[in-house]
Amino acid sequence: MKLIFEKSQQGRRAGTLPNYDLSPAEVPEELRRREAPRLPELAEPEIVRHFTALADRTFGVDTGFYPLGSCTMKHNPRVNERVVALPGFRDLHPLQEEDGAQGALELMWRLQEILAEVCGLHAVSLQPAAGSQGELTGLMLMRAYFADRGEGEQRKVVITADTAHGTNPASVTMAGFQLQKVETDSRGNLDLDDLRAKVNAETAGLMLTNPSTLGLFDEHIEEVAEIFHGVGALLYYDGANLNAVCGISRPGDMGFDIVHINLHKTFSQPHGGGGPGGGPVAVRDILEPFLPAPAVVRDVDEFRLDYNRPKSIGKVRGYTGPFGVFVRSYAFIRAYGPELRRMSEVAVLNANYMLGRLKGTYDLPFERLCMHEFVLSARNLKRDHGVNALDVAKRLMDYGFHPPTIYFPLIVPEALMIEPTETEPKETLDAFCDAMEKIAKEAASDPEILKEAPHRRPVRRLDEVKAAKRAIVKYGFDEHPNLRGEPSEGGAVEVQKGA
Amino acid sequence: MGYLSLTDSDQEAMLAEIGVSSIDELFQDIPEALRLDRELDLEPALSEQQLVAHLEALAGRNVHTGRELSFLGAGIYDHYVPAIVDAILARGEFLTAYTPYQPEMSQGVLQAIFEYQTVICELTGMDVSNASGYDGTTVAADACYVAKHTTGRTKVVLAEALNPQVRQVVKTYAPGFGLEVVEIPHTDGITDPDDVRKAAEGAACVIFQQPNFFGCLEPAPELAAAANEAEALAVAHVDPVSLGVLEAPGRYGCAIAIGEGQGAGNYQSYGGPHYGFIATRSDFIRRMPGRIVGETTDTAGERGYVLTLQTREQHIRREKATSNITTNQTLLALAGLAHLSWLGPQGLRELGETCMSLAAHAKDRLGLPLVFPERTTFKEFAVRVGRPAEEAIRAARGHGVHPGYALKRDYSGMEDALLVCVTEKRSPADIDRLAQVLAA
Repeated sequence: MKLIFEKSQQGRRAGTLPNYDLSPAEVPEELRRREAPRLPELAEPEIVRHFTALADRTFGVDTGFYPLGSCTMKHNPRVNERVVALPGFRDLHPLQEEDGAQGALELMWRLQEILAEVCGLHAVSLQPAAGSQGELTGLMLMRAYFADRGEGEQRKVVITADTAHGTNPASVTMAGFQLQKVETDSRGNLDLDDLRAKVNAETAGLMLTNPSTLGLFDEHIEEVAEIFHGVGALLYYDGANLNAVCGISRPGDMGFDIVHINLHKTFSQPHGGGGPGGGPVAVRDILEPFLPAPAVVRDVDEFRLDYNRPKSIGKVRGYTGPFGVFVRSYAFIRAYGPELRRMSEVAVLNANYMLGRLKGTYDLPFERLCMHEFVLSARNLKRDHGVNALDVAKRLMDYGFHPPTIYFPLIVPEALMIEPTETEPKETLDAFCDAMEKIAKEAASDPEILKEAPHRRPVRRLDEVKAAKRAIVKYGFDEHPNLRGEPSEGGAVEVQKGA
Repeated sequence: MGYLSLTDSDQEAMLAEIGVSSIDELFQDIPEALRLDRELDLEPALSEQQLVAHLEALAGRNVHTGRELSFLGAGIYDHYVPAIVDAILARGEFLTAYTPYQPEMSQGVLQAIFEYQTVICELTGMDVSNASGYDGTTVAADACYVAKHTTGRTKVVLAEALNPQVRQVVKTYAPGFGLEVVEIPHTDGITDPDDVRKAAEGAACVIFQQPNFFGCLEPAPELAAAANEAEALAVAHVDPVSLGVLEAPGRYGCAIAIGEGQGAGNYQSYGGPHYGFIATRSDFIRRMPGRIVGETTDTAGERGYVLTLQTREQHIRREKATSNITTNQTLLALAGLAHLSWLGPQGLRELGETCMSLAAHAKDRLGLPLVFPERTTFKEFAVRVGRPAEEAIRAARGHGVHPGYALKRDYSGMEDALLVCVTEKRSPADIDRLAQVLAA
């Protein structure tokens, strides 16, 4: 398909502007733009067709089943799109005086209260723009807390699980901490002996996803909390998997001091092809003074922004956060009310049902009930037939499904991480399991059909090695290289895709 | 609950297949003491109709720019958003897809990001753009991280005329990044190149804004040259709407261009979600944070697009990654691409010219003393209202006009200074009304 630039014709345009008949603007010569940017030049009909064609070549939850593990690809209710477009929300300026933003502030305050209740914690800041920024904010809070106690120099180390999302160790580095990894035991829990050997007075805290990225609830979480709190360290909960436990078990009750919540996972902000997201943080009372400023507070019936937070870590993002995300998530939660528990129950039921159906066909590294997702291994297919998790994923596309997350978590070879979410009907779960079973049979009878998959997408398997080697990251107009027909450099790479 | 699909008989059959007798049994791994023994304390569920009514009531308590004639800018702008933006963003495939990890499923969104990257490079005169950042503040912190690792230096210099929101976010990130932040005061509304020259000594980067927070045009080429003399990276924070009339940072010596994308394609939305952009010269491609889309071919030799250079990223590189960023702002960046495609090069230039001549007209029409009378401005300018600015704002709002932003919120000695913003949506008649209200 042509790029929009390849469809351009000089002199065509779509947009027109009002003509106010004023004297022309005078731009100083030395600051004036010399060459116009080569933006697309099309009339409106062709722009609409272009983006419609791109949409046709994109698979979303609206298109079909999207069991990308740890991403919580649930249905996004359309009423949320209607309410976020209300002019009172959409056209509100972030620097509007507080008396002109009472509805927005009230919505944010209500969402804070709801998230505090769901997490079993004391206070919430909605400001972080995404889960990864929520993590970083959480670590900044740890840093500020220990600095305030005069332990800033001493508390250097943050511990993460070997099953952690890559964001955890990356955030540790960005927050200026040193990383230490703890191993997973034979049941998929944190290895307590390894943990005890590594936790000491230099430990600032733990970052943990619970249930873990294996989809397993850590059975020793109470002991884990004791180990960290025993040396004065803090526990941070990565909320990537909160969809498993809403109304069932609360991170604060598990012993966690800081939680980030992915509004785009658990609370149905649409993923938008990779964003926007929202990553609020919830904290125990001892950490509240350090939360990002401004805070949304309530004074009797008035809501206001409180900038007077002398111990605050500061701002992590512009204004008060991704407000449109708050509107959608608030609407989503209000549609459930206390029945949010049912959301998590069904998510866990769906996952266990699929696990039950598939564990005979693919290897199951940890023989336990799962939470809202589970991890299988295609190592049996690799050993017996020479096909790998990547081939299974690509073949699933031919059956009309988005593949699960693959090659993650890293401790499971040939990992297939499957998260159905609560919104899928049983027929879809069955159809996906049927396809997985067929693919396992094909691996034996016709492995080439897997290795050459996908066969029924707009493109065949793409060469990721060539892309990295050539690094063509923008259109070059007249000088754009032509890669067509160039030999392959190595094809798709067997690395984490998803999560 | 209409978002869930299971029937009672589905549930029974599924529990039987799993081999448990109840849903509670599925949670047996959670220690008893940690299970919530009560219902969540949340208000009862609302039907869709009730939900809409409740949200309408909340939205109704906000004074948006349709209810009040607004001259508020200061970083977020009320530009016209064309209808095709809404239509494109409403496509469920874009709305409900995730990061395109499996490229054969996501060629459409990958190509859109590739086109977005191209547009950002064209606007800024740079070689490489990522797939977008969270907003116009966090991309500044990203730029500092790139500069630190490129130069091995730990001091970053910020012009005081850079948006205070941006400076605050850089300061929040600085301790973790191991950065020292130095600010250069403005001189009569712009940044003095001599001050940059001194401060840039031993610095990783210098960040200035063009047009700056006061709306004034900085001597940007001179500022970049001063930073380059000290071998600090010159970073320009630019308004995409200005780049049809103002020179691209890549053409006057900047290493990195960043900015808030909101004005291109996004509504104000009380501050977000929007997108930030970051683009650099090709030297820094392997230090770029976040997602990047690259071109390749499939096994049949046909053109396609994939996420690329992923060895920079957290999911591969973990603690050695260039950033922890996972989420970008694809949907909002797509809105930017659609808006800029709708404008085209000529429309973008006209948009910049329209804003600029409206603002110049407003300066004359208001007849108030300018805070920086010597300066050329773009779509914003600061005036003295002869009394505390908050008072003038309150009085004007009483007449249904929001006259602008009180600069004393961020700058000392600016008690009576009001920052007025004029976009293409404000007509000369609107400006007449502002003049009347401010004169009252």
